[in-house]
Amino acid sequence: MFDWLANPNRFKKSTNKLEPLLMVISLLFIIFGLYFSLFDSPKDYQQGDAVRIMYVHVPSAWLASFLYLSLAVSSIFYLVWKHPLADLISSSIAPIGALFSILTLITGSLWGKPMWGTWWVWDARLTSMLILFFFYLGFILLHNAFERKIDGSKSASVLAIIGLINLPIIKFSVDWWHTLHQPSSILKFDGPSIDNQMLIPLSFMIIGFGLFSLYLIIINVKTKLIEKKCEALILKLNLKEIL
Amino acid sequence: MNPKYKRLIILILILSILGLATKLVLMALKENIIYFYTPNELKKKYGNVKNIDNKIRIGGLVLEDSVIIDKNTSIFEITDKKDVIKVFFKGQLPDLFREGQGIVAEGILKDNKLIASQVLAKHDENYMPPEVADALIKNGVWKGEEKK
Repeated sequence: MFDWLANPNRFKKSTNKLEPLLMVISLLFIIFGLYFSLFDSPKDYQQGDAVRIMYVHVPSAWLASFLYLSLAVSSIFYLVWKHPLADLISSSIAPIGALFSILTLITGSLWGKPMWGTWWVWDARLTSMLILFFFYLGFILLHNAFERKIDGSKSASVLAIIGLINLPIIKFSVDWWHTLHQPSSILKFDGPSIDNQMLIPLSFMIIGFGLFSLYLIIINVKTKLIEKKCEALILKLNLKEIL
Repeated sequence: MNPKYKRLIILILILSILGLATKLVLMALKENIIYFYTPNELKKKYGNVKNIDNKIRIGGLVLEDSVIIDKNTSIFEITDKKDVIKVFFKGQLPDLFREGQGIVAEGILKDNKLIASQVLAKHDENYMPPEVADALIKNGVWKGEEKK
């Protein structure tokens, strides 16, 4: 079943039309989302204008976690089914996820200084998010650390799967332990505790960030496919010269 | 057996063992992972000890009508609605500091009072425009932290 999905040509064909569409739609969502969240949404009753940082912070955090889940799943596909395309997808996701996790840490820090009174504390939520960032970095480093590429792919995939354990810790850290970070406002049993006027721009940003990451991942995978083809061609030419 | 499924089963096994190990470690480290104690938890943990020289963090709500601020020095009480701890603090309080607000104070315990070196405001998970907050209070359905 997965062999059908893992064919590089089929991947290229099916994403060719999707690619420009994704770019336009995601940019529309982000532009409208940014406009709503920066200019056309209310201040918070306690935080004032600082609440607007949340419209970048929360989507980044969600994407950082969700992309890590995707990274781990595609690493499982690579290790179990040995599809080379799965490895290309993993290594395409990693830098984007790393970017979103550092963005989460930076925006959170910018919000923390005026609201909490500190840039950083070592509470469970902040620390587990930092660890997520390190897992992304570890994946990228390990992936490029070996002479034989396949060794890097394998060990980085193992690391990605180990890091999977960190995801529920990030999500539930605010419920399991006392943390300085507030509990979840959106995904909770008794419904969101965030006003609709704020939830709507936030949803725009989340959808926009999500689609834009998908767009970036597709471009990354395509570039890597072309790279691979070039390498194969060069190898062929060199062989001919020798012969 | 198909080698693919063998690999998958090994992977699932390793992951579940790793997950279990992590859970045990986290349970064992619970005391170190929590960022603060509430006054009641502190009492349970240390009993009637009046002086703690290591830095500890106490979290809870600022007790109504307990705040005295004189220039740079402030005295107030933190409560978890069971126990109360008095806090002395010299320095700049965070903007969100007010009566009824959740806060975390870090310092040493001296004579059952916390000599704080840092006071942080804790924000709750409620996000709403000021008008909505006012309306909720007016209608008596306010669920968040007490607001003054």
